[in-house]
Amino acid sequence: MTDPTTSFLTSRLDKAIGWARKYSIFQYPFVTACCGMEYMATACSHYDVDRFGAGFPRFSPRQADVLFVVGTISHKMAPVLKRIHDQMAEPKWVVAFGVCTCTGGFYDNYATVMGIDTIMPVDVYIPGCPPRPEMVLDGLMKLQDKIQNQQTTGARPTPEPRPDIFEA
Amino acid sequence: MNTASLIESVKDQFPDAVSDSHSYRGDATLALRPDSLFEVARFLKEDSAFRMNLLVDVTAVDYLTFGKRPTPAFFASSGVTVKPPSQISDDDPWPGPPHGSRFTLVYHFYSIIHKHRLRLVVPVEETDASVNSLISLWPGADWLEREVWDMFGIAFRGHPDLRRILMYEEFEGHPLRKDYPVKKRQPLIGPAN
Repeated sequence: MTDPTTSFLTSRLDKAIGWARKYSIFQYPFVTACCGMEYMATACSHYDVDRFGAGFPRFSPRQADVLFVVGTISHKMAPVLKRIHDQMAEPKWVVAFGVCTCTGGFYDNYATVMGIDTIMPVDVYIPGCPPRPEMVLDGLMKLQDKIQNQQTTGARPTPEPRPDIFEA
Repeated sequence: MNTASLIESVKDQFPDAVSDSHSYRGDATLALRPDSLFEVARFLKEDSAFRMNLLVDVTAVDYLTFGKRPTPAFFASSGVTVKPPSQISDDDPWPGPPHGSRFTLVYHFYSIIHKHRLRLVVPVEETDASVNSLISLWPGADWLEREVWDMFGIAFRGHPDLRRILMYEEFEGHPLRKDYPVKKRQPLIGPAN
């Protein structure tokens, strides 16, 4: 393939593929806790995520594009979540739904993973306890922008390093 | 039966087993001596006047630091007290933590037939922390006792399958013991933060 910055055909293909991908998000809802209620409210007809092409949950990681991690992840659950993520085919994205998946939230104890980005890359963080549906839709649109601007070939942008806020 | 007659009936039946009792707002509590738990529990289940056919909950309390830590600043400034407000009578007050025992086991019983409740409290020593299992009387005690084992490390003699139920097998220690370090993390994968 020629240089995508000079080739007319390749750059248009990138844009077309990004457009197709961002409007056909097959999501895998990994729902563990109370955020699941808010997720369901957002996913159903009142807020209607199908407007963004994300209204089709797949309960097999093999068929999913976006992993929605919805709810507190415990250390006992972490290997399961990691395996689900490993089973998803590229290209794949991860959304941290709710403050527990972002940072651990108000949990700081023996049982809770302090943010799922300690065990897997995360594309969009949606904080809130639980997040409002508007925030979820905003996060979904940010994910769409990310998918649209992603190169069809080549490495995905490396995520920002996690700030080291924990003392050893 | 009301709370007073519940307490008196058990005391009459087992004068040596009951070490203390108290009641507050209609909930009766009996503190038993160790090793008398099983016979008292069987009496509560099988006696026609009690018929405690529902074991509501089994839990435990670790008194290791009880009364030895200052009140957190938040509670001190919020005016929250442990005493009931004066308009609620507390005629039969709590006698206090067990003497010489680190843990107490707490059993909550309910009779669906007679609609009365009773709480049993059993002191458990720190060394050789174990009591008799109640599975042969209430099959529902299975998971409740496993949870107490998992969280507090109190073993139940006669339990057929005493494994962890909440934490994973690789977890070391019992997290609700007061000497479990607050900041200790044991992740299966990922960093220990």
